[in-house]
Amino acid sequence: MMIQLENVTKILGTRNVLDGVNLEVRKGETLVIVGPSGTGKSVTLKHMVRLMTPDEGRIVVDGRVVSEASGQELESIRDQFGVLFQGGALLEWLDVAENVALPLREKTKLSNDEIMAKVIEKLTMVGLEKDIDKFPAEISGGMRKRVGLARAIVTNPKIILYDEPTSGLDPVSSRMIDRLIEHLRVELGVTSVVVTHDLHSALSIGTRIAMLFQGKIIELAEPAEFVKSKVEEVQQFLEAQFITVRGEWEKHGL
Amino acid sequence: MAAVVLYSVEEPAIITREPRYFPPASDWRSRMGREAVGALRNAGRAMILLSEAIMSIRFVPTRRSRRETIHQMFVGGIKSLTVITVVATFTGMILALQTGIEMRRFGQEVYIGAAVMVSMLREMGPFMTGLILAASVGSSIAAQMGTMVVSEEIAALELMSINPVRYLVMPRLVAMMIMTPLLSFYSCIMGVMGGGIVGMTQLNVPWAAYIDNAIRFAENKDLFVGMLKAFLFGIIIVITACHQGFATTQGAVGVGNATRRTVILSFLSILVVGYMITRMFYV
Repeated sequence: MMIQLENVTKILGTRNVLDGVNLEVRKGETLVIVGPSGTGKSVTLKHMVRLMTPDEGRIVVDGRVVSEASGQELESIRDQFGVLFQGGALLEWLDVAENVALPLREKTKLSNDEIMAKVIEKLTMVGLEKDIDKFPAEISGGMRKRVGLARAIVTNPKIILYDEPTSGLDPVSSRMIDRLIEHLRVELGVTSVVVTHDLHSALSIGTRIAMLFQGKIIELAEPAEFVKSKVEEVQQFLEAQFITVRGEWEKHGL
Repeated sequence: MAAVVLYSVEEPAIITREPRYFPPASDWRSRMGREAVGALRNAGRAMILLSEAIMSIRFVPTRRSRRETIHQMFVGGIKSLTVITVVATFTGMILALQTGIEMRRFGQEVYIGAAVMVSMLREMGPFMTGLILAASVGSSIAAQMGTMVVSEEIAALELMSINPVRYLVMPRLVAMMIMTPLLSFYSCIMGVMGGGIVGMTQLNVPWAAYIDNAIRFAENKDLFVGMLKAFLFGIIIVITACHQGFATTQGAVGVGNATRRTVILSFLSILVVGYMITRMFYV
């Protein structure tokens, strides 16, 4: 197992945001976490890199307990991760190329030419190779997110966490991001955890899909099984995005 | 040293903090107690931030830190020159006019140069510079850090194992440690010049006599105390601003609150520290 959440509970205010969550992310898989807003999806991601600490339970990453790590051990665990934040989290005073180059400049001893070669390679993967000298304020929200993705993968991390990777993107860019996530899994064996509302995206990239509802995992299945789930909340979630199994469409004469 | 080392396991990162929730206080004693504990905790965190930033100063010679420090010296120092010039000149003019009017009654207006010089060096130069920089540079730093927290840029830096204290706080701290005394000295010069103009035009004090008295009565100790104050004010402004910015929650409203608190706390700290230094050296 790459990541294990064991009985993780998190209380924020008076609300149990995570209520005894048990979840395993297998090596080399893309686990998609879906669920309505405010059910703790992003909180779950933050626990995996210890931007949050559980009130109960523990999180194990590649055999090491991240929820109890500190100092250099925490740093070395975090070095295995690439994280795509919702808004991209780009530094406004650095241009696109320097934003992507930042982790390489700070953490490696690569020469400038080597760094720029890697930067251009990753920006090409997200379709932004022509925008390397623009600043974050000069590009759209979707482009910022793609730059954030290029930065998340520039160090070739073993695990990538995506927080709403396709929200706010046009359909073409969304599918491009989906293909990229799939490419990273198939070609490079990267383990991914994706938080999204976009079930179309979830079904196309996820090797397994987990649904989080009121702080609990209420469904965890492969995509083909997920759409057939008998859990009422899952069905409502699927129907809200016009996703149903073929038989249902036929049953309604559509 | 990583930022996380100075914090307990409960709080793994100094910058990216989880929101803490407390049940509503039951009465005024609970509220006061909670406020007091909160103030002490914030003071402690600010001290930890300062100690980490000071420990990071050894990285200034690296190319990126050097470039960033010079940039911050320009942003924090050079861009404040205009307002400091105007404020310092008029402060000197007001000082000269007020003291000159009184001294003229005793026929001693020729000594306004000494009064303006000593006041500017000991108190007004560093004090005015500190207040201007707190309002302009301090608020700007707090807003920038707060926005970075809200947009998860700080969290991104921590996850890239880039220490935000070394990356963001230290260059600003070094820049202000250098620029505040320089700007304070500059404001003293402008204040004395302003006083001289008033002396010449309003009080009939010859320029040469004014300058001669100004230089004769000023001591090295006055210059040292003024520079020391300015140096400490620079530290206070940066640490207050960064600490408040990093503690930002609740989006745009939180950024506004962080900025407001930075200016208020900086002003209060500058007044208190200024008094303590004066008391230490002149009583």
